[in-house]
Amino acid sequence: MTAYIVRRLVQSVGVILGVSLVVFIFARISGDPAALLLSVYASAEDVARFRTLLGLDKPLPVQFWTFLTNAVRGDFGTSFQYHLPALGLVLERMPATIQLTVASMLLATILGVPAGIISAVRRHSLLDQVSMTVAMLGQAMPTFWLGIVLVLLFAVNLHVLPSAGGGSIRHLILPSVTLGAFSAASIARLTRSAMVEVLMRDYVRTARAKGLAEQTVLVRHALRNAAIPIITVIGLQTGALLGGAVVTETIFAWPGVGSLAIRAVTTRDYPLVQACVFVVAVGFVLINTILDIAYQWLDPRIRL
Amino acid sequence: MDRSPSIAPSVAVGKADGFWQATLHRLAQSQVWHHLRRDPLAVLALIVLTLIVISAALAPVIAPHDPVKQDLDQRLLPPRWLKGSQPDHLLGTDQLGRDLFSRIIHGGRVSLVIGILAVFVSGIVGVLLGLLSGFHGGVLDAVLMAVVEIQSAFPFILLAIAIIAVLGTNLVTLLIVVTLSGWVIYARVVRAQVLSLRQTEFVDAARVIGCTSWRILLRHILPQLVAPISVMATLEVARIIVLESSLSFLGLGVQPPSMSWGQILGDGRMYLTSGWAISVFSGTTLLLAVLSINIVGESFSEIIDPALRRR
Repeated sequence: MTAYIVRRLVQSVGVILGVSLVVFIFARISGDPAALLLSVYASAEDVARFRTLLGLDKPLPVQFWTFLTNAVRGDFGTSFQYHLPALGLVLERMPATIQLTVASMLLATILGVPAGIISAVRRHSLLDQVSMTVAMLGQAMPTFWLGIVLVLLFAVNLHVLPSAGGGSIRHLILPSVTLGAFSAASIARLTRSAMVEVLMRDYVRTARAKGLAEQTVLVRHALRNAAIPIITVIGLQTGALLGGAVVTETIFAWPGVGSLAIRAVTTRDYPLVQACVFVVAVGFVLINTILDIAYQWLDPRIRL
Repeated sequence: MDRSPSIAPSVAVGKADGFWQATLHRLAQSQVWHHLRRDPLAVLALIVLTLIVISAALAPVIAPHDPVKQDLDQRLLPPRWLKGSQPDHLLGTDQLGRDLFSRIIHGGRVSLVIGILAVFVSGIVGVLLGLLSGFHGGVLDAVLMAVVEIQSAFPFILLAIAIIAVLGTNLVTLLIVVTLSGWVIYARVVRAQVLSLRQTEFVDAARVIGCTSWRILLRHILPQLVAPISVMATLEVARIIVLESSLSFLGLGVQPPSMSWGQILGDGRMYLTSGWAISVFSGTTLLLAVLSINIVGESFSEIIDPALRRR
């Protein structure tokens, strides 16, 4: 177990190094911040001085090494537009993104798992058909489209919820429904198929045959065995939510890392883009690592 | 109700020999009809999809107006069945007085072309890399899997943002981004399949009678993978259209005066109170297209793999 955890952590560090390389390469491949930031009237000496200041005159491998050592110390440079340390700006926005992601995940799990279980138990019933149709719709619905529809309905027409901004529970409702819908649909569909699979097994028949209450059969015998794929998809969805948050945050002007990233791209604020991508990617890798280790603990069969 | 477009790309890879003909035959035969008879939803989806594709293909003929012609006297008109509308603007007009119906039809052209083109290119690249990596192993395999691992290690939209930040917002960047988002899944699946097929006796037999690696890969291994690849490709078209729309919606994809469903929707976002029709109709068309592709794709996978059929 310990050996596995160590190996998994080493692997994560490798992936994070790869991510940093990708971030670095893309940020330096083209586009000269000096040309972007300085006025067109800046003299050649000024441009040269500025490039030296930012370290842009050094060879790329040296720049990458500088980038890496600075990244380890949490220094991603200064944001071009805010003139503040980029990492600080990202971390400042992190709580809002975490809040949105957690709320969406909870919502998706609370809706998706029971819907899937009920659909599996009452297979082919009207309830099953309705919930699976809704789930299919939920999976096909692009995040931004759902967001717009919800704003139209609840903010523009009914005036019951705010359409933008953050700060209160009421502000959280529309964004988290928007963000959580796809995950809820995926979780519902996977829970259903996992439960259907398990309910056909011999041990479920045995449990029923020995006269256990249906509820006990479902919870203790079926759900426990279906739990691994369900937890896997919940984990995968948590990662996907971090990506989806970019779009959702922009629609609802949610003050998180996603809307910051979009702003950074449109203003070509490279240090800020790097910091955003790096922080979210590291968060994603960490979540996956923790989940992988959690499976080991949950399911002795895959313990190596 | 012709299924052949969905499998056309794979047919193009190898020459029509016994296996291909058998595959085509099996699909064309009663199985498909038999399956479709019990799956009215798939038939409906196929009809909707056909309508969307035809209207996009014939956009210049069908569209009643020039999609970029502005008419500032006719701004934000409601759809024809509502008060204050103009009879020649079926779905009304946008913030610059452009005909919404024409814009949606033309926008579909861009969305569909990008989706299909990206799936085609990423499919070929991913399948080839997966074949080579699975068959030969070694350094290529190690490097490829490391790249796959890193690309899958964080949400793709972040990578898209990083690339767009550098290359700027234009059609070429958009195509690069959406294509890049697709190859991993093919490479992964094909590699895994090749790893197991490589051990089989028919591959040994082919090698013994002197087939080259390429021949074994293209004529003996690839045909086994046609079904999963086609299903993946179908569903990928939907995913890529959504990705393109999301980026265009955020203002990072298709740029005016070009239009796509996501871009029109993004435009309409600023006019939710005065011109709700812009977002509602472009979004609904996008949703219908994506939903139809998903339903058709799933039905298609059930036909090919009976084990997947709804129990």
